[in-house]
Amino acid sequence: MTPPSPSQSDSLVDALAGIVGARHVRTALPERMTYARDGLPTHRRVPGVVVLPGQRDEVIAVVRLLATLGVPLVPRGAGTGLSGGALADGDAVLIVLTRLNRILKIDPRNRLAVVEPGVVNVRLSAAAAPHGLHYTPDPSSQTACTIGGNVAENSGGPHCLKYGVTANHVLALEVVLADGRVVELGSPGGEPWGPDLVGLFVGSEGNFGIATRITVRLLPVPRAIRTQLADFDSLRTAGEAVSAVIASGIVPAALEMMDQSCIRAVEDSVYAAGYPRDAAAVLLVELDGGSDAAVEADAATVAEILRSHGARAVRTAADAAERERLWLGRKKAFGAMGRLSRDLVVQDAVVPRSALPDVLETIGEIGARYGLTVSNVFHAGDGNLHPNISFDGRVPGLKARVDAASGEIMTACIAAGGTITGEHGVGLDKLRYMPLIFDGDSLAAMRAVRRVWDPEERVNPGKVVPIHACREWYGSRNAERGTRNGFAPSGSAFRVSRSAFAP
Amino acid sequence: MSLVDRVRALLGSDAVDLAATPDGVPRVAPASPDAVALLLGTAREEGWRLRVEGAGTWLPADAPADLALTTRRLDKIPAIEPQDLSATAEAGIGCDVLRQQLADRGTWLALDPPGLAGRTLGSVVATASSGPLRQGFGPVRDHLLGVTFVTGDGRVVQSGGKVVKNVAGYDLTKLEAGGFGAFGVIVLVHLRLRALPRADQTLVLEGTREDLTQVAEDIAAAGLQPAALELMSPALARRERWALAVRFAGSAALVAADEAGLRAATGGRFTALRADEAHGCWMRAAESFATRPVTFRVGGLPDSSDELLDLLQHQVGDEWVSASPGVGAIRWGGETTVDRLRRLRRTLAGLEVPLTVERAAWPLRAAVGHFGAYREGAGPLIAGLRRTFDPGEAFVVAVEGTE
Repeated sequence: MTPPSPSQSDSLVDALAGIVGARHVRTALPERMTYARDGLPTHRRVPGVVVLPGQRDEVIAVVRLLATLGVPLVPRGAGTGLSGGALADGDAVLIVLTRLNRILKIDPRNRLAVVEPGVVNVRLSAAAAPHGLHYTPDPSSQTACTIGGNVAENSGGPHCLKYGVTANHVLALEVVLADGRVVELGSPGGEPWGPDLVGLFVGSEGNFGIATRITVRLLPVPRAIRTQLADFDSLRTAGEAVSAVIASGIVPAALEMMDQSCIRAVEDSVYAAGYPRDAAAVLLVELDGGSDAAVEADAATVAEILRSHGARAVRTAADAAERERLWLGRKKAFGAMGRLSRDLVVQDAVVPRSALPDVLETIGEIGARYGLTVSNVFHAGDGNLHPNISFDGRVPGLKARVDAASGEIMTACIAAGGTITGEHGVGLDKLRYMPLIFDGDSLAAMRAVRRVWDPEERVNPGKVVPIHACREWYGSRNAERGTRNGFAPSGSAFRVSRSAFAP
Repeated sequence: MSLVDRVRALLGSDAVDLAATPDGVPRVAPASPDAVALLLGTAREEGWRLRVEGAGTWLPADAPADLALTTRRLDKIPAIEPQDLSATAEAGIGCDVLRQQLADRGTWLALDPPGLAGRTLGSVVATASSGPLRQGFGPVRDHLLGVTFVTGDGRVVQSGGKVVKNVAGYDLTKLEAGGFGAFGVIVLVHLRLRALPRADQTLVLEGTREDLTQVAEDIAAAGLQPAALELMSPALARRERWALAVRFAGSAALVAADEAGLRAATGGRFTALRADEAHGCWMRAAESFATRPVTFRVGGLPDSSDELLDLLQHQVGDEWVSASPGVGAIRWGGETTVDRLRRLRRTLAGLEVPLTVERAAWPLRAAVGHFGAYREGAGPLIAGLRRTFDPGEAFVVAVEGTE
């Protein structure tokens, strides 16, 4: 790599400071190291510069500046992602969007809200609550993660079983493209303005640009809710009960599963929810709707299905406080698992729901074979698995075993007809698995689409599509000359040497 | 070798029907996705221009082209998985056949697109034609788990998969749903299903449009969540006055509770339809749009429905109108002109409301386009995407129009 040019680096930092103010440009190594990871501990990259714009116009000016200089950029929200998707290399500028945190509009009549990307997920629901509305996608990190990050990753959450993932709730977007142009996508009513570019943008993991204004759908807070906890003697039985509930035609708002390892970690923590410690698995089932009588009737039917499919007991939360406690245990399960070991890899894969019993057994066998603790806490109703591997990254060779076990788990999920990620995204972590589910033409098509939005592949480079696995595509040959996603470093006016601490 | 001979040599003589189309364009019916790819790859080399057809019941088969590619032999249903509530179907399957086979397995695709019962799945997906059930179950894209499509130069591309949650790679399915065939020929569709509802009840109220609009607002304010809440013009509903049709679908307990809630919210003014009456009501409304010369949809906000209906009445009439006031979507059918449509589209654009032409004869489609002009900045993106998936401009699709 070409040695850094201090004058160019300095001029860039000065220019950035001129846009956002010097205190919102971070160049010191300890500051930049703060952004070296996201929620996944296995990837680490130290960004060259971190910039925190506070206004939409500042985002546009920063992106235009970087476009002029040919500098790669990586958008980032709260950094709670679980795929290494918001990490930037030393030659890139990390644009942190958490200061764009204004809720611009709540329109109760039309049940929509317009927000900036840095609005924290749970804050939007809190702001909509006085109108009897809420924003339904509810990732476990919802107290920290941002709507902008949710859009980039097409985030899910427990209640997506009934209400859909982020893509089902985004109506319109204002996007700053790689070259600094601003485009309006979609319409407030949700009907696309031409082809569905909003749908295409959601889940593009920051590769298509930066969403600076996001119009989302709000839904009425359900008037009636029943939350049930069912416990089982075996994972297989619990998995079979999930299929039975789904096939019954009743659509729970959420249908979550936790295995014994996870149950015990939660019960040993401050989030103890009263889950039976001796159970091999518990299911947390929530039913909701507009009518108390109807929800009660459906809850009774679901309880009967659970019992007839092997539940030892089915308990219904008596009041809102108990319901919140049951949910707190589930939503903080990843945090509770921090008690098990120093590091935790939260995996993400999806299988057909009917395959859950077999796949759960296979995951258990893989964990045992590698001598690893694998805990499962996941969205069972969607077949969206989160096998979590606890380990100590300081132990020589252990990380390689974790990687190998993760790979086998992914292969098992694909073999069952599933996919490699249901809500965490590909990022850096799943790049190697993409060729297992997409052929060269399909990967090349994705790359070609990305190049329509970002011809230089300069926004969040190196993520989502493994370039080496793409077949040649019309119009993309000239991109092959670069070293990383076609980005040619010799064209950059900006160099920051990689940190000695960076991998 | 002539174009027809070349295609026969590629796909077999039974794949070509010379006399099938009214305008004499040779119609080719590939029997597999690979055959579609072979045909399109050759089309790219030879510079042939193609129009894509399904069952021929929706969009008029009149676009000027060298070949008409019909998906009607792609009519298999490789998988229905009741336990997973998913299915995989080829694009040329008729919606009526698909619906019956799904029902036989206790499952349901909660889409009720406009058009005749035999309209193909591929046509519904390519045009993103949802119907009244969009109120409760969302637009077409919400029912898709993935698609396989063939590009204008004959590449087979997969997007998404068979599972209900999937964020692996960019979601190209969204581009195909509602792309009107400009970004590829859809050959295979993975569908998200629901269990066949145990109870399914439709209730209807007649009245003035203004009165029924208020009733629709009352229903929303009462927190009811109907599967459909549709305001239909008298001609469409085959009634003396405007009709508001409400459909509840789900468990028996849920539907009973919703019916009670409806009575409480609206003073018991609705009339419940028998199952056969309800089926006829929804089917006739859907089919009516296949018999009007022009059909378009507009997507506004719930609180703008009344204003938009006024605008339509003023500019193009409101004889054949179906509106989902709960989501702000309106479908219009009837006769109109290029100038009127352009004027209406301009007016709607000022209100931030897109107008999508769903069905019309080629001269009108070519003039106004399915989408018309895009919002600022989106045009280059869409042009780039078209070049990506159809580098030789093989597909004859009136996307933007000529204005």
